[in-house]
Amino acid sequence: MLGWELPPHNSGGLGVACYHLSKALAQAGASIDFVVPYSAKHENIDFMKIHNATKLSPLDRYGMGAYDSKFAIESQPGSEVKDVKDIRGVQRHYTKYVERLVQREKFDAIHAHDWLTMEAGMRAKELTDAPLIVHVHATEFDRAGGNQGNPIVHEIEYQGLMMADRILAVSEITRQIIINKYGIPADKVEVVHNAIDVESFNDGYEYDQRTYKYLEGLKSEGYTIISTLTRFTIQKGLEYLVRAVAKANSKYDRIALLLAGDGEQRDELIALASELGISDKVFFTGFVRGKQWRDAYSVSDIFVLSSVSEPFGLTALEAAHHNNALILTKQSGVSEVLSSIFRYDFWDIDRLADQIVGIATSESLRDSLKENVSYEYARLSWHDVAATCMGIYKHHSTGVFA
Amino acid sequence: MSKRGITLYLHVHQPLRVRDYSVFETASNHNYFNDPDPTSDRNNQKVFNKVAEKSYRPMNALLETLLAKHDEFKVSLSITGTFIEQAEQWAPDVIESFQRLVATGRVEIVAETYYHSLAFFYSRTEFEHQVEAHKQKIRELFGVETSVFRNTELAYNDSLAQWADEYGFKGILAEGWDPILDWRSPNFVYQPEGTKNIALLLKNYKLSDDLAFRFSNKAWQEWPLTADKYTEWANASIDEAPLINLFMDYETFGEHQWQETGIFDFFEDFVGRWLKNPDNTFYTVSDAIEINKPVGTLSMPSTVTWADAERDLTAWLGNSMQQEAMGYLYSLEEDILRTNDVELISDWRKLQTSDHAYYMCTKWFTDGDVHAYFSPYESPYDAFLYYMNVIRDLRWRLHETHRTGGLRG
Repeated sequence: MLGWELPPHNSGGLGVACYHLSKALAQAGASIDFVVPYSAKHENIDFMKIHNATKLSPLDRYGMGAYDSKFAIESQPGSEVKDVKDIRGVQRHYTKYVERLVQREKFDAIHAHDWLTMEAGMRAKELTDAPLIVHVHATEFDRAGGNQGNPIVHEIEYQGLMMADRILAVSEITRQIIINKYGIPADKVEVVHNAIDVESFNDGYEYDQRTYKYLEGLKSEGYTIISTLTRFTIQKGLEYLVRAVAKANSKYDRIALLLAGDGEQRDELIALASELGISDKVFFTGFVRGKQWRDAYSVSDIFVLSSVSEPFGLTALEAAHHNNALILTKQSGVSEVLSSIFRYDFWDIDRLADQIVGIATSESLRDSLKENVSYEYARLSWHDVAATCMGIYKHHSTGVFA
Repeated sequence: MSKRGITLYLHVHQPLRVRDYSVFETASNHNYFNDPDPTSDRNNQKVFNKVAEKSYRPMNALLETLLAKHDEFKVSLSITGTFIEQAEQWAPDVIESFQRLVATGRVEIVAETYYHSLAFFYSRTEFEHQVEAHKQKIRELFGVETSVFRNTELAYNDSLAQWADEYGFKGILAEGWDPILDWRSPNFVYQPEGTKNIALLLKNYKLSDDLAFRFSNKAWQEWPLTADKYTEWANASIDEAPLINLFMDYETFGEHQWQETGIFDFFEDFVGRWLKNPDNTFYTVSDAIEINKPVGTLSMPSTVTWADAERDLTAWLGNSMQQEAMGYLYSLEEDILRTNDVELISDWRKLQTSDHAYYMCTKWFTDGDVHAYFSPYESPYDAFLYYMNVIRDLRWRLHETHRTGGLRG
């Protein structure tokens, strides 16, 4: 398994998906060697062997482009960077490590996640003849907010997709991008939606009202809290969300917006909220994890996934688990697996505003959405995803699969 | 001994669907029903024209042919006010073809609420007003008096029957639902509990639904259904009994079951085969009641409808959104009627059409079985959203124009 991050050293959904997929695969009987491009302890992982391809710290890899194509690494003082000046350097080291690994040990299948590990995957396939399964969580088109993006990344993706024996896409939206933008034959690409591990949330967590005390104060005065939890990049469509909240506010003012996360667009969004005259209603948390992260979901009534292009959107399932009504863009893969939600086109500010006001002003609508989606998300299981992957490994494996 | 008769009753209805009416139009634009988008499924004119082409025109033509060909062929129709208003506007030829049918004297019009509403369960005065308005409209259009009543969605209980009896109807229609009937057959006339002069006709749901729901279902073991086979079933069902009540949506012919399924040919064939036997005939609902006396009384204390496996009102009033929306609508009754504002009152009544509540049904939605669910909206939540914005606009009009009512509540 070739990945780029695992919790707790992840900065987004890729690491979470890899973690749960691997765990479910291990439970289904797979023996997994998982390669990450950094050195760190994963004390919570005992179901597979983790390989550290470089001695870089995970902090270095936050700049390593899992979510954007920024190539420079802002190295931490004292860390070992030397020739790994940019992400291409890290990838070269990563690939070399994988080459040595597959020559040392025998593998029945190579499962590579996203463009970051595709070159290593292709080399592993060349050296071993094991089938290459490329798992696409996001393409350069998504990261570039619908634009062409970085041509080098695009080229690596194209080669990886061409070389793959089987391609897994996290949604039909992503599958269509792979077919239409990369010219890959449709019958080679299969949709395997992400899931949610409900069990992992049952860790004794209890909502702490003090974390977002002011918001709780607003709620007690009848306010509805709208939230999103994401990186503040153009791909996420947050400008439209802020504009829609301002528009909704002009019809019904007992609403507030919680923007949990951080990113390059933060200052722009702060300025926009002020320009629209709703600064007192928009709350910025900065990057949140742990309790603050879960409490952000818990304090919220409506979770909006506003992405311009979102291959899946795991946060929507997490929000549903924390009793939110969901509003998702039609451009989000996760909206393919849920019915009891509102959908809108990412640019349709009026519709989003209308949906927000509708939920904020009707208890029965809010409760119906919350309750009915709670039956839907819980049906999505990583065990089903793992079973699909096991079937694919077996189908493409030349040797006997153990 | 009288002949064995089929009472064929077809329900003709189109609602006025609410367009994608946003909160930003609330209080400024009072047009709820005319979607300007010609491709929208909420564009009532588009939907009406489509169904007219697929169902109303070809089926009325077939009914005319059958009436001309077979002296004993008869049919009963209920036609809602919201249908008539749309037909008058967009397809006057369809109205004329219904008028020709009624003029034969062998097509009876059945009474109901003008707006296809569930008003009986909310306001008796509003309900009676709509029954009267429908009678009036039928009188104007067809020059006939209605005397047999059907409530929206065939929603029936003992108190409805008692009301209809006192109101002067001589017959009423209901679902022939097994748990109520027990050992009894729907193929007889009954007298509703606690009534004096009214007779009850019960839908034979097995034979009715074979056409309405199953006819084109290829997974059905009886597919394809031939007129021969269906005639056999009808003969078996009517053995020792005087009649079979086939009640269904008119749109079964051509819309629910497309022409390509062979439904029109099947029907023409079946009518011929049925009448070939000289012991067989067709009844209008009034004939059925006059010729066949009640064999006993029947009680339905709880409301029974013709919908779903449950045969209750949960498809319309089962979830909290539906209850909230309908609750708000009917709570405006007094304020709305007091205004004497014809347009406002008419809009309020059009919003009572049961289809609006049906579109908010979530019963099947979370099962992912969205195909079982017939709606022009993307989801029940969308339906609720637009409808609530309309309710707010009604309140706004009351408040602004008539200085009655508040904006909340």
